[in-house]
Amino acid sequence: MDVLVNNFDVFRNGFFVTLQFCILAATGALIIGVLVAVMRISPVPPLRWLGSTYVTVLRNCPLTIVMFFAAFALPALGSNADFLRIPGLDQIFKRLGTDLPYFRFALIALSVYTAAFVAEAIRSGVNGVPSGQAEAARAIGLTFTQNLRYVVLPQAWKGAVVPLGSVLIAMIKNSALAGFFGVAGDLSASAQSLTSAGGFPIIPVFIGISLGYLILTVPLGLLLDRVERRQAVAR
Amino acid sequence: MSNDSMSVLYDAPGPRARRITLISSILAALAAAAGLYFLVYRPLDERGQFSMERWGPLIDPGNEVFGQVWTQLGQGFQATLTAAALAIVSSLAFGTLLAVLRVQLKSLMRRRFDSLPAPVALAVRALSWLLNGVTRFFVEVFRGLPVVITIFFCASGLPVLGVDLGDILWYLVLGLTIYNGVVIGEILRSGMEGLPGGQREAADAIGLTSFQATRMILLPQAFRIMLPALISQLVVVLKDTSLGFIISYEEVLRKSSFIIQVLDNPIQVYVVVGVIYIAVNYLLSKLAEYTQRRLAKGRRSARKSKPATTGGESGTVQETEAVAGTAT
Repeated sequence: MDVLVNNFDVFRNGFFVTLQFCILAATGALIIGVLVAVMRISPVPPLRWLGSTYVTVLRNCPLTIVMFFAAFALPALGSNADFLRIPGLDQIFKRLGTDLPYFRFALIALSVYTAAFVAEAIRSGVNGVPSGQAEAARAIGLTFTQNLRYVVLPQAWKGAVVPLGSVLIAMIKNSALAGFFGVAGDLSASAQSLTSAGGFPIIPVFIGISLGYLILTVPLGLLLDRVERRQAVAR
Repeated sequence: MSNDSMSVLYDAPGPRARRITLISSILAALAAAAGLYFLVYRPLDERGQFSMERWGPLIDPGNEVFGQVWTQLGQGFQATLTAAALAIVSSLAFGTLLAVLRVQLKSLMRRRFDSLPAPVALAVRALSWLLNGVTRFFVEVFRGLPVVITIFFCASGLPVLGVDLGDILWYLVLGLTIYNGVVIGEILRSGMEGLPGGQREAADAIGLTSFQATRMILLPQAFRIMLPALISQLVVVLKDTSLGFIISYEEVLRKSSFIIQVLDNPIQVYVVVGVIYIAVNYLLSKLAEYTQRRLAKGRRSARKSKPATTGGESGTVQETEAVAGTAT
């Protein structure tokens, strides 16, 4: 168990890199996911097709391939993903501004992949609102925006929050793949460097790394269970 | 589906709305086409990504390495499917066992064992509490861990501990089984717990033991209700098989990287592999949707003919979706 104590800062840094990565990826996934969901429920057919294609393709493609694409296709397109070096933000999330693009590549891959699931969660929430609600809102003369703002979205939110939470938990777990695609120093990359390069015994390293992920996933899962149970009662 | 969502938000369009929709459709299509052309096609074309030199080995049967490339890819897919099939079978078996075990332990915990002498009863109760805690812990840990990490530590940890499974395939299958077995176990357990309480009570009333009730009454129904979620989980297993490349199992992505080293056409190879993955998984998820629809129809007609329904059902459906979501 000395490994855990002696290398505590490796685990801690790994945890924080993973945490930063997850926060950024979750933000990206939510932004793209909302856009795709809006496209999927828009009245304009080409946008709907585009949205559905996006969801179908990315939901059925292994994240590994998406990661490979980000790592190979973006350079081939001549991009170093420099648009993610957002001034100010790269002061807080130092990894965004590094010269090595792998953090940004993995970030794009994970956001784009998770966005498909986010869009599905949001869409299922909107679809779960009984159509009578929106009809009633139109009947009392609410405009489209008011309809969304006061009637549809608050109810859609209730239906979408649990699936969204599950998607986020899955995303945190998927973030472990980034460590195998050149992102240095996150939890899973630390697992490799400690065991293969550092030669430390495997069980304590496993425990340390696992704790790092479980701290992120288990509380979220418990919170989600609670929300779900409360909603079940409310219904 | 999209028609459903439209009817929630929009009125039936009148002539003016239809005109606006048409115009914005054309504009959107043009914008999308322009975006694809300028952001994807042009940069790729400028770098020669559409040259036959890069695509030929994959799509032109006349190319001299076409046969070799597809033999490699074929072997890769075979390895992927082998691992996926083994992982699916073993995680179903493991998941079922785990679900039965957890349901049994839960019902054991509720019993007071009044017929036994007090110290023995206490010991049995303590044991069932302990076992319940242990299985719960196991489930929470392996459900919360990334499957990559599980596979990685299976492959690098077990040989160190003196467990040698031989082929790398088995480490991959083991890693996938632990994760997906736990998830499937939770799917089945929530399926069994979502069943109306009368099912178990009736089983008890006709004199089945607790295990018999689980095996013959609860489990078959849970399988039926949770079938869509289970099929979605199969998609997850198939996708996760691609993680085998991390422990250098020679599945399709690893084979692809060999091809890429020689031919230097990463984008083209990954497009082809990705399309095949997407096609297979798309069919599987369509199958899941189809089963879900059929089950829903069956249940609806059953309800019509038999108005006295139980409260558990809507909760179960909700749970199915939530569990299916977790599984992604």
